[in-house]
Formats: sequence, C-alpha cells, structure tokens
Amino acid sequence: MSTIELSGITKRWGEAIGVDNVSFRVDEGTFAILLGPSGCGKSTTLRMIAGLEDVSEGVLSIGGNDMTSTPAADRKLSMVFQSYALFPHLNVEENILFGLKVRKTPPAEMATRLAKVAEIVGLSGLLDRKPSQLSGGQRQRVALARAIIAENPICLMDEPLSNLDAKLRQEMRIEIRALQQRLGMTVIYVTHDQAEAMSMGDKVILLNDGKIEQEGAPDVLYDRPATAFAASFIGTPPMNLLKTVAVDSGAAIDGTTVLEGTNGACLFGIRPEHMEFTDAGGIEVELVSADYLGSETIVAARVGDQSILVQTPGHVRIPEPVKARVTWDTKNVHVFDAGSGRRDDNVRALPI
Amino acid sequence: MSRRISQSYIYGWLLLMPAAIFLIAFTYYPAVATLAKSFFSQGTALKPSEFVGFENFAYMLDDDVFWKVAWNNIMYAVGTIPISIALAILMAVWVNGKLPLRSITRMAYFTPTILPMIAVANIWLFFYTPDIGLLDQVSAVFGLPSHNWLGDPDTVLGCIIAITIWKEAGFFMIFYLAALQTLPPELEEAARLEGASRWYYFRRVMFPLLMPTTLFVLINAVINSFKLVDHLFILTKGGPDNASSLLLYYIYEVAFSFLDQAYASTLTVVLLLMLALIAVGQFYFLDKRVHYR
Ligand SMILES: Nc1ncnc2c1ncn2[C@@H]1O[C@H](COP(=O)(O)OP(=O)(O)OP(=O)(O)O)[C@@H](O)[C@H]1O
Ligand SMILES: [Mg+2]
Repeated sequence: MSTIELSGITKRWGEAIGVDNVSFRVDEGTFAILLGPSGCGKSTTLRMIAGLEDVSEGVLSIGGNDMTSTPAADRKLSMVFQSYALFPHLNVEENILFGLKVRKTPPAEMATRLAKVAEIVGLSGLLDRKPSQLSGGQRQRVALARAIIAENPICLMDEPLSNLDAKLRQEMRIEIRALQQRLGMTVIYVTHDQAEAMSMGDKVILLNDGKIEQEGAPDVLYDRPATAFAASFIGTPPMNLLKTVAVDSGAAIDGTTVLEGTNGACLFGIRPEHMEFTDAGGIEVELVSADYLGSETIVAARVGDQSILVQTPGHVRIPEPVKARVTWDTKNVHVFDAGSGRRDDNVRALPI
Repeated sequence: MSRRISQSYIYGWLLLMPAAIFLIAFTYYPAVATLAKSFFSQGTALKPSEFVGFENFAYMLDDDVFWKVAWNNIMYAVGTIPISIALAILMAVWVNGKLPLRSITRMAYFTPTILPMIAVANIWLFFYTPDIGLLDQVSAVFGLPSHNWLGDPDTVLGCIIAITIWKEAGFFMIFYLAALQTLPPELEEAARLEGASRWYYFRRVMFPLLMPTTLFVLINAVINSFKLVDHLFILTKGGPDNASSLLLYYIYEVAFSFLDQAYASTLTVVLLLMLALIAVGQFYFLDKRVHYR
C-alpha cells in the first residue's frame, strides 16, 4: 500500500542538476534515512516524493501506482518540515487540525483524533498556546502531531531535529522511532547526521552529489562501505583512508607491505576504533595530539606524510610528539580503488 | 557629584535643542495657535479679534457647506480605501508569484505612486475631458452620448475616487509585497500538502498574517483620504457646487479665498480631532485581531 519506489529520478534546473538518476525502494513500514552531506540533494529528493517539486525525469510510484505528477494533496502523505512550518497565528490545536478542517472532517471526529494525537506526542496541556510560546522541542512535537493526525501511511521528515540541542535530539530520536513502529508508518527521514541515521534507520540511503553512493542497513554501511566516500562519511571519527605505494608483491604504507594482490593504486581503509597500540610489530607512527572524549581518546598521528586517527580507551596525554607502533586485525581492513573509490574485495590484507 | 549631573543635563538639552526648536516652531506652536484661534473671531481693521468661545463651532454646525464636504469626504474614504487595499493585495499576490517579466510588472504597478499628484491629475484630465477625452472617445464607439464627467455633480466624486484608487493601490502594494516576502514558503507548501486550495490558504493563513500590514496601510489610507487634495486644484476646484470638495480643500478655501482664518482654524481643529479619533479607534479595535510576529 505505501511502498515507495523511485526509478531513475532526476531533478534539473536548467543546467544545474540537483538529483541525478536516483533509484531506490522503501518498503511499507520501513524507516528509511536519506543521508548525505549538505547540498547532495536530500531535500530535493524528499520534495519530489512529496510532490512539492516537479520531477524532471524518472518514475515515482507509491503503493504501486505511478504518482510522478500527482498533486501533492492526493499522495496521501504527510511531511514534517525542517523549519516546522507551523502557522504562527494559529494556536497548537488549530495547527494540528488544519488539514482535517481543510478536508471538512466532522467536529466530533476531529475532537477524538486531536485528543488521541495530543496524548501521543505529549501536548495535551499546551493546545491553546501559539507556536511562539513554545520551546523548540514542543514546536517539533506540534509539527509531528500535524503530520500524524492525518493518519496517512507515509510520513516524510526533512531534518526535523536539526534545530534542537543534543540531549533533546537524542530523546526525540527515540520518540520518533517508537512512534513510527507503533503506528506502522513508512517514514523517509532526511538528515546529514550519520549518527542519527545509524541509530534510527532500518535502511540508509547515502547520497553524494545527487547520486546514490550506497544503500542498505546501517550495519552494512558501517561494515562494508561500498565506496571511499561512504567509508569516510559513516562513523565518528571517520575511517582513515591511507594512500599506498605499489611494491612488487602488493602495496605498502610507509615502507611496510600491508596488502597483496593489488591491481593499480588503491586506498587502505581502517577505522580509528579498529586500531590499537602495540609494543612490537605493526607500523611506526608519530603521535601528534590527543582529543579526550571521556570514555576514550582520539589520538591524531602521522604515518610518513599522511595523518591518521587512532581511538584508544582511557585518557592519553601527548604533550609533545612521540613515536609509537599501531596494529590492526586484517578483517577490519577495507580496500578501495584510488581512482573510482569503489570497494575492492579481491585484495588481501596482510597481517603485520 | 551634583555639578556633574547638572552639567550633563545642560549637555543633553543642548543636544536636543536644534530638533526641539524645529519641532516647536513648526509643529507644536502652529497646532496650539490653531486651537487658540478657533476660539477667537476673525479680526478686521475695524473690529479686532476677540474671544468668542464656541461661537465658531456653532457656526460650523449650521454651515451647509461644511456638512456637504464632510459627507463628501466620508464617501471619498469609503469609496477609495477598501478598493485600493483589495487591489493592492491582489496585485502583490500576483507579482509575488512566478511570472515572466516580474520586475517590470512590479514597476508598472508602482509607477502611479511615484508620479506627483498634479501630474496624475493632468493625465486623468485627458481621460475625463468631454468629447475629446479618452472616456468619451471610447463610449462614442458604442454610440453613447458625450458626458461632462467632471462637470456633473453626480459623477465628479466618482471620478476623483477612481484617480485616487489608481494612484494609491500601487503604493500599498509595495507594503504587501514586502510583507509577503517575509512569509516562509513552507507555510504555503504545508497547506498545499494538506489539500488547501489557494483561496483557503489566502483566507486562513496569508490574509491573517498580513494583518499588521493591513492595519498600517489602513491608517495611512484614512489619513491620506483627508490629507490628499492636490488633484482638486487641477481637476475641479471642489466644484461643481462643492460636489467634489473635501474637508481640507474647504479649509484651504476658507483660509485663503475667504480669508477667514478663525473659521479655518475651527475646521482644522475638527479635522485633527476626527483623525485622532479614527487612528485611536483603529489601533484599539484592530490591534486585538492582529497577529504580530
Ligand atoms: N531552485 C534551485 N535551482 C538551482 N539549484 C538548486 C535549486 N534548489 C536546490 N538546488 C541545488 O540542488 C542541490 C541539492 O539541494 P538540496 O536542497 O536538495 O540539498 P540538501 O541535501 O537538502 O542539503 P542540506 O543538507 O544543506 O539541506 C544543491 O546543490 C542546490 O544548490
Ligand atoms: Mg535540505
């Protein structure tokens, strides 16, 4: 009923391309995340699904029906805007009921639905306030209430939490996710925050420069990034991507052969949390500085002329540069083609 | 300590003085003098001016011309204000949308405003002139008889009203256009997603959010309807038979044609009182309905 499918969707404004031949499918009841850096086309994609922006090329189908050029109001979906888009002159109740009033819902039904939704989002005591008299989190809830009272099977959200502080954002993530599961909604959620994507999504669609880099479950994106971009975008701190030098048997970093079976120039990827300090073996690095985060420390180091980050438990202080050795487990090594950035699983990592 | 304070007082007053002198000389003194004059008779060489209390006001109540121009002024306000505001909103919404040659369209609507009223009156004189004017030329095509638009007491006020609407709507449009551009486009999109028609959106969202502008424009329009009389000098001189005369024009006539400064002062005081009352009333009644962001 509410499966959303994009095939070859492109958005152009004259010469400029915002979204370039994007295809993906979001099954009914799925919490899907559109993730990517600023300007990669997330909002544009979402707005095309909503019907607020015309599709230049491609087919959009919702629930098996072609909806590429259906008016927004007939697509049976709700949207939460980044700026909330609450009507400033209407109070909370009128804001939530706006759509039902447009559709001339009987007053008795409006009252029961309002009571139910206000209960769900926890706004019952605030119904006669104006949006300007609410906190950011409360406004966000009003926007959410307005989206769910329509009882549409699909809800689109464009960075709804970006205006909130870290703690509230954490709470709202959990609430939105719980709400989605309780109501069985199909949600497409836009964010540029990869932590948000990893913690909320059933499925993450990673966009870069208008194209899909990778799509899949959060752990797939983390464990097997398909491209160097995906590798560096997912995870905090990001994955280390080191340039290697070709040697006869494979590729080397700073004189140590770490890969075999390489075919041309490649990037050696290892996550900071998958490296550890060692007394013997490994490769030699020069520790430069340390960033203490409480439960762990992120150490910045240099290998030859390249920088890497190493995550280590506890509190490490580096008052002045010092030599150390780091090592890793070969199963945590990712290799990418230096030219195309594609993942290359034919290369074998060597134990060091 | 106290010397420091008094010194800074003097300093403060010195800084205020230039502005204060001009304000007093050109605003407060004339206003107070006018009020005072309205209680005195007009002095002549033989009979010096003397205090007459409310005699001038009593005379005014008996003055048929006063009642006529007051009524004209009300008709003029009622005829111009709602239509020019409605037109202004319509034009603003129109030129705020996506249309080709948008800035030229905006400019075209705004042009009447930047013309001086005297020039506007001359343009419209050409429209209204009997036989050779534009209106008569067009109506002649349909076989209608020639009509002296400005010479007929039944049509003259309507003609003046049309000119004023033509001139003011573009001016008010600018305020509405500015206000419309501060409305976030997401509001319109949110309403569209809910299935609201354009008219529903206008009625329930856009118009209420434009209320602060409407209040501002309304007050300006009311004041203008009592204040703007330049076109009368060119077009009708208040005639025929005071059919197009407005309060301020009548005050001008009384003061400078009939040279009765005392009675003119009386009329001025009444005009000011009316304007003050209207402004206070508007703020008082409308403020409760206006949503300020
Ligand atoms: N009306 C337009 N005309 C031309 N280019 C546009 C237009 N709207 C958006 N773009 C371009 O399309 C690209 C994608 O924009 P979009 O708003 O979808 O980015 P986004 O991924 O949502 O970014 P953010 O995270 O900053 O919101 C951007 O490069 C933007 O400059
Ligand atoms: Mg965006």
